[in-house]
Amino acid sequence: MTEAGGFAPACPAPAGAPDTVQLAHGGGGRAMARLIDTIIRPGFADAELDRRHDGAALEVGGPLAFTTDSYVVRPLVFPGGDIGTLAVNGTVNDLAMCGARPLFLSVAFILEEGLPLDLLRLIVASMRSAAAAAGVRLVTGDTKVVDRGKADGMFVTTAGIGRIVAPEPVGPASVRPGDAIILSGDIGRHGIAVMAAREGFGFETIVASDCAPLAAPVLALLEAGIAVRCLRDLTRGGLASAMVEIAETAGLSIALDEAAIPVRDDVAAACELLGLDPLHVANEGRFVAFVPAADAARAVDVLRRHGVSDGARIIGDVGDDAPGRVSCRGALGIARAVDMLTGEQLPRIC
Amino acid sequence: MRFREEYRDPAAARGLAAAIARIVTRPWTLMEVCGGQTHAIVRFGIDELLPQAVTLVHGPGCPVCVTPVEYIDKAIEIAARTDVILCSFGDMLRVPGTDGDLLAAKSRGGDIRIVYSPLDALAIARAEPSRAVVFFAVGFETTAPANAIVAWQAKREGIGNFFMLVSHVLVPPAMRAILAAPGNRIRGFLAAGHVCTIMGYEEYEPIAARYRVPIVVTGFEPLDILDGVYRCVRQLEAGRAVVENQYSRSVRRDGNRAARTMMGEVFRVIPRRWRGIGDIAESGLGLGDAYAAFDAERRFGCVRAAAAEAGTCISGLVLRGERKPPECPAFGTHCTPERPLGVTMVSGEGACAAYYRYRGARAVGDRP
Amino acid sequence: MRVGRVDFGGIVKAINLAFVPEARIGDYVLVHVGFAITVIDEIEAGRVFEHLRELGELAGDGAP
Repeated sequence: MTEAGGFAPACPAPAGAPDTVQLAHGGGGRAMARLIDTIIRPGFADAELDRRHDGAALEVGGPLAFTTDSYVVRPLVFPGGDIGTLAVNGTVNDLAMCGARPLFLSVAFILEEGLPLDLLRLIVASMRSAAAAAGVRLVTGDTKVVDRGKADGMFVTTAGIGRIVAPEPVGPASVRPGDAIILSGDIGRHGIAVMAAREGFGFETIVASDCAPLAAPVLALLEAGIAVRCLRDLTRGGLASAMVEIAETAGLSIALDEAAIPVRDDVAAACELLGLDPLHVANEGRFVAFVPAADAARAVDVLRRHGVSDGARIIGDVGDDAPGRVSCRGALGIARAVDMLTGEQLPRIC
Repeated sequence: MRFREEYRDPAAARGLAAAIARIVTRPWTLMEVCGGQTHAIVRFGIDELLPQAVTLVHGPGCPVCVTPVEYIDKAIEIAARTDVILCSFGDMLRVPGTDGDLLAAKSRGGDIRIVYSPLDALAIARAEPSRAVVFFAVGFETTAPANAIVAWQAKREGIGNFFMLVSHVLVPPAMRAILAAPGNRIRGFLAAGHVCTIMGYEEYEPIAARYRVPIVVTGFEPLDILDGVYRCVRQLEAGRAVVENQYSRSVRRDGNRAARTMMGEVFRVIPRRWRGIGDIAESGLGLGDAYAAFDAERRFGCVRAAAAEAGTCISGLVLRGERKPPECPAFGTHCTPERPLGVTMVSGEGACAAYYRYRGARAVGDRP
Repeated sequence: MRVGRVDFGGIVKAINLAFVPEARIGDYVLVHVGFAITVIDEIEAGRVFEHLRELGELAGDGAP
């Protein structure tokens, strides 16, 4: 498509009304404005977005928690959620783990040329529901388009702002020997759901992701006056990664009891079949809380009153005998070391 | 799940360990020859339950570990072709070849797909008739019938774009090689229950007689393994050396007839090189003449023997049971799952990886 | 090739039954890479379990 003089436009205008994302949609011109005005802004339906400004002006009213994350899941839609619900809940949960009430989110899309617009509408609608359920507002954002083959359909980055409500700093530095470790529910659902959907293992039984917002139970713990030392939501790398990171950062040891760690039958069966360890499988709606031993029973009670954490259990405790070491007592009563995975978890056959 | 949980009962496990302690009067070194058994032993801490006098050594039971490096290299070479889809079991993806592994080849753009079953690879071949689909067929006798019947099915359907890169190995020749090696300390074997489910245990009887070692066909759950050890020690203490079947709920003396027939139809016995051990005559399976058209080596070029591997890695010694992972100077220091020097650390079932994962870099609680 | 639905304790998957022509609904099977390779012999399982129980109990008095 060269004009006289040899100038070739880098971004040719599309002919007609396409039903997929085109490079023009990221060009900053009318096509992009149309995409945002007809799909993204109405999809999110927020007053701040409607002001059509470069950024949002907000009141936070206190100390700030700030976080960001990018989401690159494949497939984009899976049983129990999609990249949109992940992007909202993931950032909401990171804010909650700071002991903060999540308030505002920004959303940046990198869309692959050729992505069906209906899929984009679906993801946007998903994000709106997830934001409403989590009690947060989507107030600012950005959209870019890249060539076919450069973005697995879509990449999403969300950043979030929350107001810190925990009276004391919440993090590994606050953990003390003797603290109890509480897990909010059964592990492994998200990883199995996505792996089964992506690799096509042919499971008749559908395992759904546990993707969910966790701010409500966390705020409930804080409101109940529990001295929460540390919170961590379990994501990639599973429970094992979270424990190892916290033990290493805090310079303390962690002892877990395998019998206390809940794993649903279908997830356990899928793990046995694929040779995976549930401790390493990803979650998106589960967290651990480190609390003083004296507060543990009360904390479990508080958590169990919320649907997303009604399976809360004490799964272990903190010691100071071997800094950075995490061990787990197994079925036969023997303790084994727990470490993070090296790389991606691969199904094991033999 | 029935036939699983009850074989993990902690009180029964302690009881069995105590029963072993009561009958043992001298030190015995036993070998288990299945990666799945190694995994269970380390995961459940079974060797920590055993009395000091009984030493369990991990044999070359991990097919991933013993696959010759030249086959990994060949798989990588095949996967690099744009007209090929390479299908493999997940555990093969991180096994180091001469220059990287299949996972690295995947990130360079090779179309490499993890499959749970060779049936999945055949389904891909049907779905993508314009490309060649190559299945990396590794494993012991347990996996061979599945691979055989898939080749047989491909032939029946006339699927012309399906190939297999075969590197199957057989257990009994490896056991003989270990027993015949000078300085061998192994006095008894726990034979692989799943291999024997297919093959039966007739072929182990001459080995037990020739080398005077008890061989107990053993399952995979903690109670099975402890029972296997008990029966082996009981024979050793009584001076007996016969084949015993602990895993009788799955294994019969003549194995699975339909499976063995299919293996005979598709495969033939050939010599194989075992990584870390070397060449063993009549120790592997290759495609028979009637199935030569499915042989990836015929289509994409033969595998050429690689030079011997040098370096600090002692995976050969570990595979032969002559060293335990914590005895390796590189274990946990230069050699970790993140930066593995050899296959026994890379493969999820490799002895080094199992130790590292469940015991940590310091391998607490291990006896030399 | 005969295919059956196998329940792995929560996950149901189609499994090839070519190597277990005698398998019937309700049978327990050992599965490897998508194939059933044997039907579990429940009587044998019971026998071995009895033997395990006796062993464990006999040693129970002297157990650590």
